[in-house]
Amino acid sequence: MGDILKLVGQRLGLGLVILLVISIIIFFMVELLPGDIAQAVLGQGATEENLAALRKEMGLDKPAFVRYFGWLGNAIFLDFGNSVVTGEKVSTVIGARFANTLFLACYAAVIAVPVAIVLGILVALLRNSIFDRVANVLTLTSISSPEFFLGYILILYFAVKWGMFPAIASLSEGMSFGELLNRTFLPALTLVLVVVAHMMRMTRAAIINLLASPYIEMARLKGVPPLKVIVRHALPNAWAPIINVVALNLAYLITGVVLVEVVFVYPGIGQALVDAVSKRDFPVVQACCLIFAATFILLNLAADVGAILTNPRLRHPK
Amino acid sequence: MNKKKEVLLEIKNLRIEGYSDEKWVDIIKGVDLTLHRGEVMGLIGESGAGKSTIGAGAMGYARDGTRISEGSSIEFDGMELTTATESEKRALRGARIAYVAQSAAASFNPAHKIIDQHTEAPLQYRLQKRMEAQEDAMDLYERLRLPHPQEIGFRYPHQVSGGQLQRAMTAMAMSCRPDLIIFDEPTTALDVTTQIEVLAAIRDIVDQFNTAALYITHDLAVVAQMADTIKVLLKGEEVEEASTEEMLKNPREDYTKSLWAVRSFESPQRQRPKDGVPLISLQNIDASYSSGPKILDDVSFDVYEGMTVSVVGESGSGKSTAARVITGLLPPSKGEVLFKGTPFTHDYRDRPKDELRQCQMIYQSADTSLNPKVKISEIIGRPAQFYSGLKGADLKARVDELLDLIELEPSQYYNRYPSELSGGQKQRIGIARALAAEPTFIICDEVTSALDQLVAEGILRLLDRLQNELNLAYMFITHDLATVRSISDEVVVMQQGKVVEQGAKDDMFKPPHHPYTDLLLSSVPEMDPNWLTTLLEERGVENLGDAAAAKIAEK
Repeated sequence: MGDILKLVGQRLGLGLVILLVISIIIFFMVELLPGDIAQAVLGQGATEENLAALRKEMGLDKPAFVRYFGWLGNAIFLDFGNSVVTGEKVSTVIGARFANTLFLACYAAVIAVPVAIVLGILVALLRNSIFDRVANVLTLTSISSPEFFLGYILILYFAVKWGMFPAIASLSEGMSFGELLNRTFLPALTLVLVVVAHMMRMTRAAIINLLASPYIEMARLKGVPPLKVIVRHALPNAWAPIINVVALNLAYLITGVVLVEVVFVYPGIGQALVDAVSKRDFPVVQACCLIFAATFILLNLAADVGAILTNPRLRHPK
Repeated sequence: MNKKKEVLLEIKNLRIEGYSDEKWVDIIKGVDLTLHRGEVMGLIGESGAGKSTIGAGAMGYARDGTRISEGSSIEFDGMELTTATESEKRALRGARIAYVAQSAAASFNPAHKIIDQHTEAPLQYRLQKRMEAQEDAMDLYERLRLPHPQEIGFRYPHQVSGGQLQRAMTAMAMSCRPDLIIFDEPTTALDVTTQIEVLAAIRDIVDQFNTAALYITHDLAVVAQMADTIKVLLKGEEVEEASTEEMLKNPREDYTKSLWAVRSFESPQRQRPKDGVPLISLQNIDASYSSGPKILDDVSFDVYEGMTVSVVGESGSGKSTAARVITGLLPPSKGEVLFKGTPFTHDYRDRPKDELRQCQMIYQSADTSLNPKVKISEIIGRPAQFYSGLKGADLKARVDELLDLIELEPSQYYNRYPSELSGGQKQRIGIARALAAEPTFIICDEVTSALDQLVAEGILRLLDRLQNELNLAYMFITHDLATVRSISDEVVVMQQGKVVEQGAKDDMFKPPHHPYTDLLLSSVPEMDPNWLTTLLEERGVENLGDAAAAKIAEK
């Protein structure tokens, strides 16, 4: 077990270094954006004195690297500064929204991951059958359609024609959990359709890849039935690639939801990011990017650890 | 031998087709086979003879990409397998017909404990409860003389040695007390010293339970120990069948005789020059991978110009590591490699071209050491270009000359890809690639062990001719003592990273020896069908394989 802890520790350290590098990139990319923030905030009519005063207030007169370290030091404690548009703390602006995005991602993941893996196992079992081909075509169709298109199709049928679910996923105070699930069902379903194909196809490929192994032939020659061959003998050795793809897709569920949020008017972090970019609200942009980067790194770390934990050679050293 | 003469398996006119190049071709072309209860039949032949395909066919199983043709009949204990449904056949597998695969390391599922894989079939057929099945497994482990039979099953496959795994697999095949076991080259992947313990265990257990067996192998000496009758196969057809003794004494067909007669080649032994400087000299080499344990421990030996030194020992004894040190792939942690008396640079990355060209390598598997996407002319041409700076017409002339040297017609092979060549031809390309650098010293790492005996013999003859013509020195890494006998001038015996004995070949094959050399030499199966029995009587069943090697290492 000591070895595994060491491996996890190394990965975690590496993740922190990557996050640091990304924070540098994010900060200075925003710095490179053309235009003057003070000007953008105060509008064309501002006088020179007003602009200078605002710059001083926002600390824009200090050199960039001094501001970077100040920003980074605060960001460690989840203080990303104040929004230049509303003056609120960035953490209060995006905190609730990030929680909403996380909720939607979890909702979609709870449906998508089991469905993808079970489907993957089934198509591996019935490979090259009609079922396999139909599943392939359908999932490929769903992955290649843009999310907004899928979203509108779902709205057209589920909301407009059949009236089963609301078309707009607006949230209100004090709604019940069931109500919440009902209102966010369509955006979650859109996300499920987008990510299921990738995970299912990886599960299928990882399992089929192993079917030529001598130990699979051995299992067959022991009289093990086909489904058991796949679930008991192939799947435990196929986890590493599957977990990696699952992690990538989970990350996408958090960072790639902008379009879905817009279509369903869902108050998530993606919308906040789009708003902030259009209004030049740079502290919010930086905070969003940093959160996205941390999400990616954390999920990849989790995938690495998962792959390690499913490897019997590492779990049970000689 | 008082075995009931009741027919257990009767195969008639078995034809199996394989799908290749978009059409079905016959792999097995009408083979008949009759096996009685408790009888062991050896199926022998070279690779491509269809032995394993017949073995799987006897279970009514066609591997992916093959199918059993119409008109074939496989009758197992009164049941016709060619017309049986998939679930009827599945009910036989594991329960009444069991299978022991070539590589136990690859055929045990890495994700499950050995005993859980053992009990899978008995639990599935509801023959035993889990606890009973586990106790039975431990009992079988004990009968097969596995160490710590009570707990070895609770380990994962990678935690157990190859020879032990192979015995555990035999135990697994026995789990439902089948009527028939198919042994598919069960000892081919093992060292000779380990092979014996597996052979002895298999023979014991088959005798104890009066199980019938099909024993598939390409090694005649092994089959002579195991089988009551032998069937010789060639390219999917039967050559002849007879009782083991009859077959060994009076083979009828020419092909069988040729199998018996291989390894007639023996190059005359050369002597070291009186007061010459060795071409390559390893001096007190220690080496290890990263910060791991020492793989080489104070290894010293010399290779003289134009001579062949064979390095023998089990897997893990450090033979290949010694080669990596000489070529500079693994810098030694202590000691020097001298080339004509001057030290070689430790790391190959720092070696000048002239040092690099001196040592070339030929690998075990020509399949994986030749780039499949590159033409023969380029595979051989690249080192010629790199070391000698040849270009254009000169380069082509040099490649033609090299192809001539390895006895392949240049105009025919110049533009081909490796996949269009046979195993022996690919190995010849590997030799030509080594020669292209104009080396003085070539390391041959198990170059013949992936080849059939007749093809291997051709390669050995070629290497010997090249040695005489070009005055090359060889270091031959091998675990096959027949190869040692035919080509080497000197022999170095290694065990656990140390040189235990070295000397001229003629001396090495005459006693007295270091006990480990004795163990190695006496572990090589001989054609005599009583060889194993005699050996077991001499040594005792407890003093085999790993146990015997460990005892020697302790002393």
